[in-house]
Amino acid sequence: MHERFNDLLSIEPLQAAEIAFLLDQSVPFLEIQRHPLKKLATLRGKTVGLAFFESSTRTRISFTTAASRLGADVMQLQAESSSLKKGESLLDTVRTLDAMKPDCIVMRHASSGAPEFVASRLDIPVINAGDGAHEHPTQGLLDALTIRERLGRLEGWNVTIIGDILHSRVARSNIHLLTKFGCRITLCGPAMWLPRELENLAGERASIRRVANVEEALSGADIVMVLRVQQERLHEPALSLDDYILLYQLTPERLRLARPEALVLHPGPMIRGLEIDPVVADGSQSCVLEQVTNGLAVRMAILFELIGRGPDANPEKDSSHVAS
Amino acid sequence: MPTLEKSQLMSATEIDRTLQRLAHEIIERRGGTVNLALIGIRRRGVPLAQRIARAMRPIDGVDVPVGTIDITLYRDDLSTVAPQPVLHSSEIPFNVDDKDLILVDDVLYTGRTIRAAMNGLFDLGRPRRVQLCVLIDRGHRELPIEAAFIGRKVQTSDTEIIEVRLNEVDQEERVMLVERTP
Repeated sequence: MHERFNDLLSIEPLQAAEIAFLLDQSVPFLEIQRHPLKKLATLRGKTVGLAFFESSTRTRISFTTAASRLGADVMQLQAESSSLKKGESLLDTVRTLDAMKPDCIVMRHASSGAPEFVASRLDIPVINAGDGAHEHPTQGLLDALTIRERLGRLEGWNVTIIGDILHSRVARSNIHLLTKFGCRITLCGPAMWLPRELENLAGERASIRRVANVEEALSGADIVMVLRVQQERLHEPALSLDDYILLYQLTPERLRLARPEALVLHPGPMIRGLEIDPVVADGSQSCVLEQVTNGLAVRMAILFELIGRGPDANPEKDSSHVAS
Repeated sequence: MPTLEKSQLMSATEIDRTLQRLAHEIIERRGGTVNLALIGIRRRGVPLAQRIARAMRPIDGVDVPVGTIDITLYRDDLSTVAPQPVLHSSEIPFNVDDKDLILVDDVLYTGRTIRAAMNGLFDLGRPRRVQLCVLIDRGHRELPIEAAFIGRKVQTSDTEIIEVRLNEVDQEERVMLVERTP
């Protein structure tokens, strides 16, 4: 019997067995995506509150679809149209949402730790859908599911992550997750996005190295994760867009340096011709669209895990924070 | 929950004989196995469906397709089930459209499991006919559901539990009547 999850805020504190359990629970939802009729009534009568304080298209639509496929209703709060613009505090905004009695809140915020702060103030489960440069736990889980479905296991792979590691919550969640399964991580990108501290991110036993040269970083990789490059972060004289493409773009020639059949993952949105060559993006090694489908399954599993049970089954969280 | 074993309802031989009889009965009443498929309800309905299909082979000379269905996501009592259930994939490697399906389970009690299994099945397509086959029918229905093929009917009280133990799942083979003790 596993420990029950009260929230999903980050991958870092989870144990490998808990992660494996969540991935196992996701597999039946993958099968549901192949049904002619994809809608379940499992969470009928439950409401999922979406609080996205930072723009998002794919993660929001993925959570919305996951909730509706489970039969839950969705309540949406968007930063652009909310009273945040009028100066309301984060806590007041989420308390207002909470007062409409959703069964959980899925939250994205530009500040690291914001979902954790909210979770400590609310009685209902909070799911982190990305916070600042901290974590994006469901992305980490869906990438892990993609690897497991394609390669049969999660343990022991050589994983190369290319791009803006410093600002990437996707990279952080993946580093935490994959090192728990004994994967060796190689980080590659411009020096300004590759601080030394990253090597100690996941504790002493984790194998994390930084490599400046992309060819060297790709050599022997079983899995290549390409991160999106935010163009506004590239500027002269430090590094121009053209420099980045020349030095770090994942091209077919560079991919050949990795193991044959190495997987290529990208969290999206993908900018063809910038961080990834279109031939690689559309090639047989690319998992980009599977990642999207797997994301739906993972998010269905998380919603099922957190709110697919009675209130009495969640005593710890119910008894704490009530007065706060 | 403390329990007390009251009596044995079936031995291994009796289970085997009952499944053989059910295989014959199904074929006889349908006049063969054309268009037939069995769906075992997890967990113990799965080995039972497989064994019935195996018993049909010497009678009719064909392999009847067997699928499995996990009803967890279709239950109507999830919010009252204490521990968080572990999910399994349903594996139905054939198209259910226009098939004659027989759902197989170990014990028929309230009928809610069967209701859940039918909901799951209808998400996969539109079978021509769905029937039910159970090893034990213990009564106390809460829904208008009945089995077409029954291994044995047993009169039970509310406090009694029927425990079907199968080699594939429980490493032993018998059916027990158990009493819930306060």
